Amino acid sequence: MSVQVLYFASLKEALGMGGEMVELPAGVTTVGGLRDWLASHGRDKLASARNLRCAVNQDMAGADAIVRDGDEIAFFPPVTGG
Amino acid sequence: MTVRVQEADFDVGAELTALRAGDARVGALASFVGLVRDVNHGVGISEMTLEHYPGMTEKALAAIVDEAKARWDIYGALVIHRVGPLKPCDQIVLVAVTSAHRGEAFAACEFIMDYLKTRAPFWKREVTPEGARWVDARESDDSAATRWEK
Repeated sequence: MSVQVLYFASLKEALGMGGEMVELPAGVTTVGGLRDWLASHGRDKLASARNLRCAVNQDMAGADAIVRDGDEIAFFPPVTGG
Repeated sequence: MTVRVQEADFDVGAELTALRAGDARVGALASFVGLVRDVNHGVGISEMTLEHYPGMTEKALAAIVDEAKARWDIYGALVIHRVGPLKPCDQIVLVAVTSAHRGEAFAACEFIMDYLKTRAPFWKREVTPEGARWVDARESDDSAATRWEK
């Protein structure tokens, strides 16, 4: 299963990239699982970031949201617009 | 219902006039304009850059406006949010709502702004004398949004 992962703001800066295509092992099925898997595969900033938010296909999602093949999964810090 | 995300500045007068043009049902127009300040947490700000998540931003703003429309009897709503480099005194955001009476217009305008602050994917990066920093989210913004929960 492959997904498009996007990073924004301070997280993008810390990881040095705005996104990547990721090929996931079968055991990774949720957003929380994806975060843990990425953090243990070189993106350790994902583990230490405070109050990290997530969106699946451009809708806010929690850690238990299901990840499917072809999804666009974004991780970012709390928003600060307005 | 209009949502725009743009680098360009906007003309508040022209936008408000257009929002209510020709609609004789409108008895109230409430608006809010957010501006760049030259100080944040006691530190001087010389520049600011607004980053966003293209695609999700527009979707999130449209969903917030739809929710306002479901909660209050409003006729028109407009959200314009700028992105890119900004300086102190620049306009950042315009929210405007029309309705028959002021109560609905005020409430819907404030609701849209409160939800925008906590749900629309924008991030501010400010330049201070000590260098650039990402702005931290404020707890007061979370509590402002929470009070609208039913």
